[in-house]
Amino acid sequence: MSITNDTGQGPLSHPDAVPFPAPPTAAPRRRRRRSPHRAAWEGTPHPLAQTGKGLSLLLIVLVVLFPLYTVVLTSFSTQADINRSGGMVVVPGEFTTAAYQQILSGGIVTRAAMVSILVTTVGTVLSTTVSILAAYGLSRPSSLWHRPILFVFLITMFFGAGMIPTYLLVSNLGLIDSYWALILPGAVSAFNVLILRNFFMGIDASITDAARIDGAGDWRIMAQIVAPMSKAAIAVVALFYGVGYFNAFFNAMLYINDNTKWPLQLVLRSYVLQGVTLPGSGTGQVDVATGAVTGLPVKMAIMVLAVVPILVVYPFVQRHFTKGVIFGAIKG
Amino acid sequence: MTTEISAATDAGDADTATKDPSGPAAAPGRRAPRRARPDTAGERRLSWRARLRRDRSLLLMALPGVALLVVFAYVPMLGNVIAWQDYSPYVGILDSPFVGWWNFERVFTNPQFLHAVGNTLAITAFQLVFYFPIPIALALLLNSVVTPAIRTTIQSIVYLPHFFSWVLVVTIFQQIFGGAGLLNRVLAEHGYTGFDLMTNPDTFLLLITMQSVWKDAGWGIIIFLAALSTVDPALHEAAAMDGAGRMRRTWHITLPALRPTIILLLILRLGDALTVGFEQLILQRGAVGAEASEVIDTFVYYQGVVYGDWSFAAAAGLVKGLVSLALVLGANKLAHVFGEAGVYKKS
Repeated sequence: MSITNDTGQGPLSHPDAVPFPAPPTAAPRRRRRRSPHRAAWEGTPHPLAQTGKGLSLLLIVLVVLFPLYTVVLTSFSTQADINRSGGMVVVPGEFTTAAYQQILSGGIVTRAAMVSILVTTVGTVLSTTVSILAAYGLSRPSSLWHRPILFVFLITMFFGAGMIPTYLLVSNLGLIDSYWALILPGAVSAFNVLILRNFFMGIDASITDAARIDGAGDWRIMAQIVAPMSKAAIAVVALFYGVGYFNAFFNAMLYINDNTKWPLQLVLRSYVLQGVTLPGSGTGQVDVATGAVTGLPVKMAIMVLAVVPILVVYPFVQRHFTKGVIFGAIKG
Repeated sequence: MTTEISAATDAGDADTATKDPSGPAAAPGRRAPRRARPDTAGERRLSWRARLRRDRSLLLMALPGVALLVVFAYVPMLGNVIAWQDYSPYVGILDSPFVGWWNFERVFTNPQFLHAVGNTLAITAFQLVFYFPIPIALALLLNSVVTPAIRTTIQSIVYLPHFFSWVLVVTIFQQIFGGAGLLNRVLAEHGYTGFDLMTNPDTFLLLITMQSVWKDAGWGIIIFLAALSTVDPALHEAAAMDGAGRMRRTWHITLPALRPTIILLLILRLGDALTVGFEQLILQRGAVGAEASEVIDTFVYYQGVVYGDWSFAAAAGLVKGLVSLALVLGANKLAHVFGEAGVYKKS
């Protein structure tokens, strides 16, 4: 079932990743359309069942993809096409990048995108680094104080301090309106540390022992052996952190009062979801007659902007999901 | 609890490797069983000074993570002391007067709070029925797709919305189901009267469940697919030879294989019963009104950050945190009673 469909490099491939072993004698070729991936004993499902399955899968895929399609299409549409369709565009018309030129030519959206990218980059690097270090530091069961320290991490998974004391702390530290307020309070996730720790502990001890005998210290073993061997898990954890930073809006709503410092998600919320007029861009006026908001392409373009970074990174990381996530989540 | 958690976490690997021959660890030739470290035997004889010298790099590595948690998780835990105070930001936490259990009394007699608790539990119960089974069904459906290319493609597509922000998801729903949205336009063109799903308090439960399904149900299947992949194909083959059809094989082989995972997720959900999509709800509280959308977390936010009744909000938040903790521990206990592995081992 492995997403990558590799038949098993790495320690984590499931038995199922290998297609069912072919029976010693080839199946008789009576049925012409037998799938090569189906074992001989399985039989072929009823054609009606097959069709039903195909249709439901198609429907599911459409339900996921159609909204994205119409958002992207509308963002590239002219106002004329939008007026003709009365709102979101479903049938492609004229193609224009005017909306993108408008939001990317400086101003509040451009700045918000920069803020988001800055916070996401710094936050992801910091969180991932700290988590790798902590996970390695806790990965040797015999080490000194390893249980109490592990416990410090575990407790945070079961009991959270709550929003109000956290807010008061951040405020008392003078971090209001500072980008650090968007990074530090959630910088370490015990769950991600445990995913990495489990992955590290799965590495064959003879490898690290060999390095130790050759004179490598723990720092070197971590940096040159354990981390490179755990790229899949690290990639997934980094994606989790990165997506978390990029998608967060509530912490910015709490801690960032100055709206020139807003990240993209907060801009999306105010100017697109709530329909506040985007200053200096002439968008967002409400058409009194129809109640429909004009400037729709601009709004949709902001949405596309808020999803593109994820779409760019996603394909590179998603093939590691089974290895990284499941390892941590199921085996834990 | 201390020993239980740490012992379970340590034993986790070894357990699965030895007891569960069909597990991922047993994939042929992938992963040798973990050897005991050569120095484990002499462990107890080393003084703690010697161990400190040996393990100082490890401790140093854990330090940044511990420091961040101490400052941003444990110090705020102590900050909950304001729940027993009449806290004012101008006076500060050290000089605010203590008022005993007054704030808690206010919390438990506050009709809005009780209403928020009711809403929270209603959302949890509704989603348990109408959300929880969907990833299981999806996983079974996807697991029956035999062509790897199709299966991986569909997987990549249905996982995707999980990585979108709630702002984006809610905005997308607004554009499609809102008053001026796509659906209403199509309905109007065909002569039906439209409806605005986004602002109707009566259908709010349905709306947020639809949003949760769209965003997260696809991602939810990943854990079930992993559990399904550990099923030994020989079981299916043997059952098929004995004449079991697809339905019977699903019922007697596939679903029992999912049982531990289903129970684990139910426990996790129960422990999180008081936490229901805070970002999702606060985004839509304005549109549908507090009556339908106020949950414990939004209540805490409004009472504290918006209205400035810090101590009262902290007390409400603390009650929620403690009840949640009790729920997780209780659910885990329950799992052990039923002979399941429970959470600690897993997390």
